[in-house]
Amino acid sequence: MTTTVGAPAREVDPVARGRARRTARRAGVIAVLAVLVVGVYALSLMVGNTFYGPGEVIDVIRGEIVPGASFTVGELRLPRASLAVLAGAAFGIGGVTFQTMLRNPLAAPDIIGISSGASAAAVLGIVVLEVGEGTVSLLAISAALATAVLIYLLAFRDGVVGTRLILIGIGVAAMLDSVVSYIMLRAAVWDLQTAMRWLTGSLNNASWEQVTPLLLAMLVAGPVLLGQSRGLVLMQQGDDSASALGVRVERTRLVSIVAAVALIAFATAAAGPIAFVAFLSGPIAARIIGGGTSLMIPAALVGSLLVLSADLLGQFAFENRYPVGVITGALGAPYLVYLLIRTNRSGGSL
Amino acid sequence: MTDAHSLVVEGITLGYGDRTVIDDLDLVVPPGRITAIVGANACGKSTLLRAMSRLLAPRGGQVLLDGKALHRLPTKEVARTLGLLPQSPVAPEGIVVGDLVSRGRSPHQRIMARWSAEDSAAVSEALRMTDTLELADRAVDELSGGQRQRVWIAMALAQQTDVLLLDEPTTFLDVSHQVDVLDLLTDLNRDRGTTIVMVLHDLNLAARYADHLVTVRAGKLHAAGDPGEVLTAEAVREVFGMNCQVVPDAVSGKPLVIPIGRHHVGDLTPAPVEV
Repeated sequence: MTTTVGAPAREVDPVARGRARRTARRAGVIAVLAVLVVGVYALSLMVGNTFYGPGEVIDVIRGEIVPGASFTVGELRLPRASLAVLAGAAFGIGGVTFQTMLRNPLAAPDIIGISSGASAAAVLGIVVLEVGEGTVSLLAISAALATAVLIYLLAFRDGVVGTRLILIGIGVAAMLDSVVSYIMLRAAVWDLQTAMRWLTGSLNNASWEQVTPLLLAMLVAGPVLLGQSRGLVLMQQGDDSASALGVRVERTRLVSIVAAVALIAFATAAAGPIAFVAFLSGPIAARIIGGGTSLMIPAALVGSLLVLSADLLGQFAFENRYPVGVITGALGAPYLVYLLIRTNRSGGSL
Repeated sequence: MTDAHSLVVEGITLGYGDRTVIDDLDLVVPPGRITAIVGANACGKSTLLRAMSRLLAPRGGQVLLDGKALHRLPTKEVARTLGLLPQSPVAPEGIVVGDLVSRGRSPHQRIMARWSAEDSAAVSEALRMTDTLELADRAVDELSGGQRQRVWIAMALAQQTDVLLLDEPTTFLDVSHQVDVLDLLTDLNRDRGTTIVMVLHDLNLAARYADHLVTVRAGKLHAAGDPGEVLTAEAVREVFGMNCQVVPDAVSGKPLVIPIGRHHVGDLTPAPVEV
């Protein structure tokens, strides 16, 4: 048992004890998740067409020249796995921020069209405007932000209600997805390979040029969101209740939306809209951590774990290689159906 | 002990969109007492309470907390002096009672500060006062309506504010739980000197439990004062548009409103109601 810090003179305090127990359990779960992320990360550096042992991998990371491994591990696997960790974490945090803020698991950015906005702009850039990779990323990021603003404005009437925002978002997502499909139909064959990434998300051709901007975005937006997490958690009780507890509701909401959209946009620009990761990470984290606390860190770890494992599976578990988004999509779609059935059965609105 | 805080409403005008709900209303909340606000549906009493708790910015006039304009004070500072139990707060999915009540400590915590012994003591005391200590490890979703309401009140108590505003704290509760809640608030007022302002539906309970009764009619203050003076048959007719008799209640001696409708009124021929 943990010893309870706090008032020593008091009789056994069941509240403090319960609290300490939950804190310890939460820390334990986070530690296990972190170990799993590190483990799968290491595994994806070693496994491939050629197996390299931990020693060789560490040598490569330390900058030594190892014949074969230096290229395969240093130039292919390392950026790929790092991108997986970062994109997964970004989708996880961005997703759970929206889900917490709108009190609804369906409110993930990949359901309400923010990822679709990034995809549509990227495909437009590649196929129609024929611009370079950097410009494509910029387009994707601006489009994600613009889509978020559009959905927010369309949903705004005497304040924003979660359900209305979600339904409008799903509609916007459908329109943007059809834009993507239309452009892909007209694409030249040589553009298809690049543009395909923007449909389901893929880590093929991952390079350090994609990792760096995402890492910077994480370093800026991550701490900002963590700073808002206490307020966001209180806002689950409703704006009035949170405000009575000293939360600056409007400010918290604005800062969180901007930071979360930025994370989603940068991640989408780097790896495409890896299907359902933003949508799945939060609920999985909630299931294993329990309710009532901030889910940002656990959701980030779950996101990383999802993308890393799905990418490994996609590369090596089947006869053909599948992009990571195909695997996460296959995992996420049944959960979406389950959620819709459950809300339908309980007679609730979305 | 804590009747040092003053809460004063000065010529306040409130509204949503282009609708004015409260029009130029003045109100002085007596410190260290229990004030109940009553009025017909949609008369603006909840809106008034929202403005008094800083949730709604006034169109005109102001609310003064200790002489300072409430809307200029920082949210967190207000939250240390003035607590609010809104009408229908939402319990986050899966949260346990102890954690929900602990959230009442938020305004007292700094960003990275540890949970202190003082926080722990406040939460335990709030649970004990509301008789919910044994529920501490239960999920809020599993509780009955009456238990849940006591847990929300516990959260507001853990906030340890000297002023506590409650929007219909007895809604959805059966009569015995209503009395429990009002007894609890009276204890709080007597033991800690907490100033309490609540919007209530039940006129008779309001008359019994309030030291100070405020009636609101169509966005204006109708009367304010001792329940025995404020709650007359005349006042009920004007505020609620209903005929009634007001007699001293046999238990407390406070006014008891006996409604007079069109049926089951014996020999009384009801006078037409003028609104």
